[in-house]
Amino acid sequence: MTVPSALAIASEVTDPEMPMLTLADLGVLREVEEEGRCVRVRITPTYSGCPAMATMRDDLVSRLRSAGYADVRVEVSLSPAWSSDWISERGRRALVEHGVSAPGPAPERTGPVPLSLLPTRREVTCPRCGSGETALVSEYASTACKAQYRCTACLEPFDHVKEH
Amino acid sequence: MDKDHDSVYDGLLDADHAGDDSQWAFGTDFEDPLAGVDTTLPDGADAGALAAYCLMLGDDALIGSHRLSQWSSRAHDLEDDIALSNIALDLLGQARLLLARAAAADPGVVPELPEGSPVPPEDALAFFRDEGGFRNVRLVEQPNGDFAETVARLLVTSVWRLALLERLAGSRDTVLAAIAEKGVKEVTYHRDYAARWVLTLAHGTEESRARLVAGLDVVWPLHDELFRTTDVERTVAEQQVGVDPASVADEVGVLIDHVLSVAGLERPTRAAAGPVAGGTGRDGRHTEAMGPLLAKMQVVARAHPTGLW
Repeated sequence: MTVPSALAIASEVTDPEMPMLTLADLGVLREVEEEGRCVRVRITPTYSGCPAMATMRDDLVSRLRSAGYADVRVEVSLSPAWSSDWISERGRRALVEHGVSAPGPAPERTGPVPLSLLPTRREVTCPRCGSGETALVSEYASTACKAQYRCTACLEPFDHVKEH
Repeated sequence: MDKDHDSVYDGLLDADHAGDDSQWAFGTDFEDPLAGVDTTLPDGADAGALAAYCLMLGDDALIGSHRLSQWSSRAHDLEDDIALSNIALDLLGQARLLLARAAAADPGVVPELPEGSPVPPEDALAFFRDEGGFRNVRLVEQPNGDFAETVARLLVTSVWRLALLERLAGSRDTVLAAIAEKGVKEVTYHRDYAARWVLTLAHGTEESRARLVAGLDVVWPLHDELFRTTDVERTVAEQQVGVDPASVADEVGVLIDHVLSVAGLERPTRAAAGPVAGGTGRDGRHTEAMGPLLAKMQVVARAHPTGLW
């Protein structure tokens, strides 16, 4: 029997707030280094205040320890800053399957950040009925990384992971 | 969880889980927000000045976050309640990183706690410093007032903070640069949120417009302090690890004037509050709002100086 690698185990750990996504699909898992029974994992916060970081770390430590790795260290990687572009294709499909709209391309900036006085315009499709007729309710939703939308066709509200 | 339990909480105390804290979202052992991050000082950087500078930006975020979190459950609708809480959370995250960076640069800034206390440096800084030790600008410690006043204050603070963080992303200190790069993305949303609400209130009803004008008036006298360069800021700017706040004054002024002109409003004319006894918030001289704020924020931690959270 082959023993799964630390990378394979770490890649299966899911995000505590969006459990349909693995940390790897979310782009939060940056690096897994394995040497004998020691593992060093680097994760990056989506947002500075992301309260799920401690849970992610605990989940990684717990899963890797149960797999036989005696010494597991989880470290923080701050740079480059997390981007929603790092969410994998599989992750995007999983989001939509679970009723959350996936982010479009993150803004690429050179020079100062432009001030935007009008509501952010996005081409957002309703993850429930597929209609493109959707309206922004709020730039902030159940977590800092999501905006709240509603579908004007099926009338259901839904979350949209923001471009970041 | 065993379905036989009478209460869902019983399952949490299962013997199976003994020694396994993974079911708790919080309250496991502490997570250092800079775990594994190289905190070596850049060549020629003064540790004391860098730490003092991190306290300034960290305290602005911490105290501003605390004020915004007081809106939780009190805003006019659920969406804005959530928005203000999310903005508070972003700022709290920035505060944690900045206070941890201050402590790593110069452990001397961290208050001493009883022998064996498990309180990490960032918490010791947040909860065990006295008023005179806080370096935030006085603007962020002011009571929230009504929603319009909060929006006015958030406009000024977020326009200023974003301009500062954009420049700080080029810091020679790689830790500060990374914190700033991340913060830029977050404060961009804060600034848009505040600016859009300024327009909504200005073009709303007579009442909403009057309240916004009154809010801007309250905020204005403390706005000058944001650009008043202290010795610490001069030093870190010279060493290219920090930003001289005077250098963002023009840009911030242009942006605020732009928002106000689209809103059809004039810049308030109230005079700057000026220093008290030769000092401002950056020197630890705060307004009467600060004491009660700290009392509430710190009371639980101070009652249990050896507690683990």
